Amino acid sequence: MSLQAITYLFVGLSFALYIGIAIYCRAGSTKEFYAAGGSVHPVLNGMATGADWMSAASFISMAGLIANFGYGGALFLMGWTGGYVLLAMLLAPYLRKFGKFTVPQFFGTRYYSKAASTVGVFCLLAASLTYIIGQMTGVGVAFSRFLGVSNSTGIYLGMGIVFCYAVFGGMKGITYTQVAQYCVLILAYTVPAIFISLQLTGNPIPQLGLGSDMAGTSVSLLAKLNQIATDLGFAEYTTSTRLSTLNMFVYTVSLMIGTAGLPHVIMRFFTVPTVKDARSSAGWALVFIAILYTTAPAVAAMAKMNLHNTTFNYKIMGNEAAGVAMDPNLDLFAADAGTVYETRPDWMKRWEVTGLLKFEDKNGDGRIQYYNDKNKSPEFQAKAAAAGWKGNELKVNGDIMVLANPEIALLPNWVIALVAAGGLAAALSTAAGLLLAISSAISHDLLKNKFMPDLSEKNELMAGKISMACAIMVAGYLGLNPPGFAAGTVAIAFGLAASSIFPALMMGIFSKTMNKQGAISGMLAGIGVTMFYVFAHKGIFFIKSTTFVDSIGGANFFFGIEPNAFGAIGALVNFAVAFAVKNMTEPVPAEIAQMVIDVRIPKGSKAVDGAH
Amino acid sequence: MQHDHDAYWKDVLGLIRNVLIVWFVVSYGFGILLAPMLNSIQLGGYPLGFWFAQQGSMYIFIALIFIYSAKMGKLDEKHGVQED
Repeated sequence: MSLQAITYLFVGLSFALYIGIAIYCRAGSTKEFYAAGGSVHPVLNGMATGADWMSAASFISMAGLIANFGYGGALFLMGWTGGYVLLAMLLAPYLRKFGKFTVPQFFGTRYYSKAASTVGVFCLLAASLTYIIGQMTGVGVAFSRFLGVSNSTGIYLGMGIVFCYAVFGGMKGITYTQVAQYCVLILAYTVPAIFISLQLTGNPIPQLGLGSDMAGTSVSLLAKLNQIATDLGFAEYTTSTRLSTLNMFVYTVSLMIGTAGLPHVIMRFFTVPTVKDARSSAGWALVFIAILYTTAPAVAAMAKMNLHNTTFNYKIMGNEAAGVAMDPNLDLFAADAGTVYETRPDWMKRWEVTGLLKFEDKNGDGRIQYYNDKNKSPEFQAKAAAAGWKGNELKVNGDIMVLANPEIALLPNWVIALVAAGGLAAALSTAAGLLLAISSAISHDLLKNKFMPDLSEKNELMAGKISMACAIMVAGYLGLNPPGFAAGTVAIAFGLAASSIFPALMMGIFSKTMNKQGAISGMLAGIGVTMFYVFAHKGIFFIKSTTFVDSIGGANFFFGIEPNAFGAIGALVNFAVAFAVKNMTEPVPAEIAQMVIDVRIPKGSKAVDGAH
Repeated sequence: MQHDHDAYWKDVLGLIRNVLIVWFVVSYGFGILLAPMLNSIQLGGYPLGFWFAQQGSMYIFIALIFIYSAKMGKLDEKHGVQED
């Protein structure tokens, strides 16, 4: 069977499975629609949370980012997992005890005002919509690359599939579909990684392979990679920080608390039966997430190694399974060192068509020179000049590290098809979770709570489905017309959640005295500062021509912190403003203080319901 | 009731504090601030600081959640506030 046919088969089978599950588990009540009836086993809930959590960005882009950043890529790994510790201890059990469907509902009750709930809806929509732009673009990219259709056809297809199972299944359908999607995506990620680790190091476990010696030598893989990277003018792989230690620190904080504040993740903890389950479910979620996240650095380093290897004629390292012998004394700067372009491997030809890989023969020698031409060290410049190099000739998009990985390692076609199904599962599962968070905010928190309090359950369920359908349209539109740039939006969504939702939830549980004025002004100040800093760099509402960062101090003007990392600063502002305002306004009513005490103890927890 | 709550909450906060200390030390401490120093030590083929940043901190996070979860279960019972 051809690669295309196998890919269609794998992807088709996986979709049939998702839709079948959705039909079997369709939601009949608002309780099932928003919270899956509150009856999901903690291990299954953890698996669903894992799929919900791991988006197209985690699956396709993260390994490429790590390969690119080297050591600094750890900020994604720690940032996107460390948040679960916070979630498990600081938020999940208490929100489960509180027993409502949505985050804005918690704000509305704890801060005893509809204004707090409305501000909550605003923050939730800002974070979720920013996040979903990235997901829909990811869906389009995944469909177009894997199925050979245009980007926009890909987005329409994705919208159709999500519509089928999210609108009819609600949280219940989504949860069980996500369990299946987790299984598909984790297989798709680990199978190629195991093969590649085996080829390069002889160790089948990628997490151990990354710390092993190169097969047949006594040089460790990371040491070899460091050597090649520095020889070619790149930063040393295992020590290169992201911009600065301070920036890396703040970026990690921002991703951690953003993780704990993202509404579609928090919502998952309303679906378990008890408070005790909410605690352990976060642990299970992290187990399932860490399987991918601890594999990713191995994929990153090994794919980078393979990529360097491809660009040299006499290989700089062996690849025994692929039958490639190694030349340990290869002079990287010799005239005949680079691979002759005409003899490049098939996978390069295939990915050149997609534009993810570009070759330009700058010095006209017909060979590939892939190195860091931005390295300013005079010694390195002299070496490159002596070798007749006229600039880096290969442009590589980081996404290739995962997408082309099986092809680079010459794995069979079914592995390539599996990666396609996995990438689509990752993008679709996250999009569905986000859409549910958005639709519940609109139908339950805005419509029912604010405008039509006597909406019947049946009509609310209908309103929930209609608002989800509308949210799919909006998400699809944004995916088709991404505002300016799309790839960086995911990190910004974390910043927005970190600066608004996380601090307000924390204070709602851990401070008996935080009042509505404090919480509302804190949220607005936090999200405001963060948006200001992001918009200054990226343009107002991401419209490129409206950036104004140069008029207020230049790029990363705040202690060299990049806009993606600014959520942590926004969160500090949120806390500071909230406590300052609280001290100037009247104290919380006694019954609210008593409610906080009740939320803190597990005893007397009931099933979730939607009552206000 | 009020008195019970305060004692329970004090225990809970103590547990959270201890977990957060470990959480901070392995990620921000070993993984970021002290990583350059730890990199001179090798763990197999891994420089130690790099290992904490890209592998070790995640394993410890998982352990932390399950330890927290188990200890909270005991605290709930000690103070008689567990779910029925």
